Amino acid sequence: MQVEKFYYDNKIVKAFGYATILFALVGMIAGLWAAIQIYYPEISLNLAPTTFGRLRPLHTNAIIFAFVGNASFAGIYYSLQRLCKARMYSDKLSWFHFWGWQAIIAAAAITLLLGKTTGKEYAELEWPIDIAITLVWVVFGINMFGTIIKRREKHLYVAIWFYIATWVTVAMLHIVNSIEIPVSAFKSYSWYAGVQDALVQWWYGHNAVAFFLTTPVLGLMYYFLPKAANRPVYSYRLSIIHFWALIFIYIWAGPHHLLYTALPDWAQSLGVVFSIMLIAPSWGGMLNGLFTLRGAWDKVREDPVLKFMVVAITCYGMATFEGPMLSLKNVNAISHFTDWTIAHVHIGGLGWNGFLAFAILYYMVPKMWDTTLYSKKLATNHFWLGTIGIIVYAVPMYWAGFEQSLSWKAFTPEGQLKFTFLQTVIHIKPLYILRSIGGFLYLVGACVMTYNIYRTIRQGKFIANEEAEAAPLVKEASKKKEYWHRVIERKPVTMLVGSLIVVAIGGLIEMIPTFLVKSNIPTIASVQPYTPLELQGRDIYIREGCYTCHSQMVRPFRDEVKRYGEYSKAGEFVYDHPFQWGSKRTGPDLAREGGGKKSNAWHLVHLYDPREMSPGSIMPRYIWLLKNDLDTSSTGAKIRAMQTLGVPYPEGYDKVANKDLVRQAESIAASVTKERKEINIEPSREAVALIAYLQRLGTDIQAESKKSIAEKK
Amino acid sequence: MKFIHYLEKIGGVDIFGIISLTIFVLFFLGMLTWVFKTSKKQLNDISRIPLDN
Repeated sequence: MQVEKFYYDNKIVKAFGYATILFALVGMIAGLWAAIQIYYPEISLNLAPTTFGRLRPLHTNAIIFAFVGNASFAGIYYSLQRLCKARMYSDKLSWFHFWGWQAIIAAAAITLLLGKTTGKEYAELEWPIDIAITLVWVVFGINMFGTIIKRREKHLYVAIWFYIATWVTVAMLHIVNSIEIPVSAFKSYSWYAGVQDALVQWWYGHNAVAFFLTTPVLGLMYYFLPKAANRPVYSYRLSIIHFWALIFIYIWAGPHHLLYTALPDWAQSLGVVFSIMLIAPSWGGMLNGLFTLRGAWDKVREDPVLKFMVVAITCYGMATFEGPMLSLKNVNAISHFTDWTIAHVHIGGLGWNGFLAFAILYYMVPKMWDTTLYSKKLATNHFWLGTIGIIVYAVPMYWAGFEQSLSWKAFTPEGQLKFTFLQTVIHIKPLYILRSIGGFLYLVGACVMTYNIYRTIRQGKFIANEEAEAAPLVKEASKKKEYWHRVIERKPVTMLVGSLIVVAIGGLIEMIPTFLVKSNIPTIASVQPYTPLELQGRDIYIREGCYTCHSQMVRPFRDEVKRYGEYSKAGEFVYDHPFQWGSKRTGPDLAREGGGKKSNAWHLVHLYDPREMSPGSIMPRYIWLLKNDLDTSSTGAKIRAMQTLGVPYPEGYDKVANKDLVRQAESIAASVTKERKEINIEPSREAVALIAYLQRLGTDIQAESKKSIAEKK
Repeated sequence: MKFIHYLEKIGGVDIFGIISLTIFVLFFLGMLTWVFKTSKKQLNDISRIPLDN
């Protein structure tokens, strides 16, 4: 048969590769900056955009979507063409995808620093950007499926299945979690409230890890590892089981982020069971990767690509063993809200994602520039800087996690809490310092790689269009006795639909009952909608990213009830669009902060300079909240949006809400001056709204318990 | 659609569990059947795809 000559498009791979390196550095610098702020708050510069609550979402979004995202796209565009023996379906779509994605990243960086956020972790981007993501994602999908359809290779190699599952699941997760009602050009409220919002968010959050940080990267592993080791994958059978089991089971595990919270128990248990089951496919994949190197371990000593891959796959194995362990309720009781979680995600992020991205860059660049790597020695140095960086990062964070948990739960023999929250923070400051040193080493390693790749590129000559030859695919007359999978695995669209069904089942079964059955969210009569000022204050709380350090979820543990107050109930959050339970307690829980536990004046001074009220505190200063006026022009639109979402404000309240707002603000400002005569705060300042919200937190249920005591009397 | 009009309860909610277990078992049996029925030669051929380009 006549062979056809065609060209692989390396230019698009180059573009995504450059973007990978750029955003690796940006994301890591943002992370390091945020990490230093935790023990040295002054480095926030006392500016809103560079303060932890806004920098941390920038860091996570930059690493996940810009660094790992671009690395995955580079690897997919490189491997997909070669596995399909075809050029990408359309160069135009490839470039639309590239520039669209970079524009989204730029928009994300600007809006996050400006505090435009939905307040849902890893889904912080506001609605116009959400729409842009959907559009670019669809274009990527068309380009990918177009390429698969015009391929010259009969079978779809397993890496392509992982790419297909990634595409379909990310599309589903993104759309379902981003359903929100716009209030203005860059402000929206989540369609879901409270417990339901939490369930959807962590179904999304968990599976963003699964289908944005794991499945595409596993696809890359299944392509680049055999290439680098020059031998096929250890067991292709195992890779098939790995694929289907992984995508089927992963989607169920989201509720393990919400153990001991107000989420219904049955949903928590379901999440735990599936999380434990996840060990099997994850370790199947890890072993399949490591066994591929059997008899080739001598190459690992020589080849930097394999070095990085081995550590990446090992970290994948560690993180996917640790994950299920962390989802056991007894372990989670210790680990949740502590720095243990931070250590866990960084084993995944730095080890698995980072090292695999570095490995494919070290593999692809010399190939595309038709040269050899400039310096193996520098690559080895990068490897060691990175590896030591991961250890110096993770070990102190594990230690800090244990330390936090033990000291939070410590009681004196008299039955009092042994430590104040602030003491538990001060104890672990040295560990925060060590962590940032680990991060710094890792960043230095990435800089070494950048230089090495720059020199490699300079010494080589770029092959923009790489020549290849293959015979076209001829349509075979269908054979009757084919097994279903053999048919499926050659048909990408069937594969797509199959994957979608597999991943949709878990989400549906967990969500439908939580959304529909009343007994899952018992209502509490005393829970009332927020006042207009509290609603505005809540939006400031979201804008400043307070949820990145403060939880609003008292779990039913002796120490938490003693420290914060009554444990949180599902019915308390029915008007919370979005929920703000948080996932980390760098600062104390705020679910029961309100009701005058601390005076308005205390809060005001604390926002201005936390160390004046709590010496040793690591909270940043929020000076601008005392200077900026609250934008009350949005109140009406916000009330209307809430009414649309089912919050029972009276008809027409949007028109008069600002009157109530001003009245409440004046009373708060007056109470501040009453307590501290030297302080005069204008009622119009943003800080006043935030204080109103903080004073409201957790008070509804206090009204309920007062009522029931009165009834008993 | 507002998520405030809940049903009081779902009739026969256990069907959710039974359906999911059934789907799960059937799915895995199907997958395993295929995996072990496919000839070694064909799997070897597919696994070599990355190496011949």
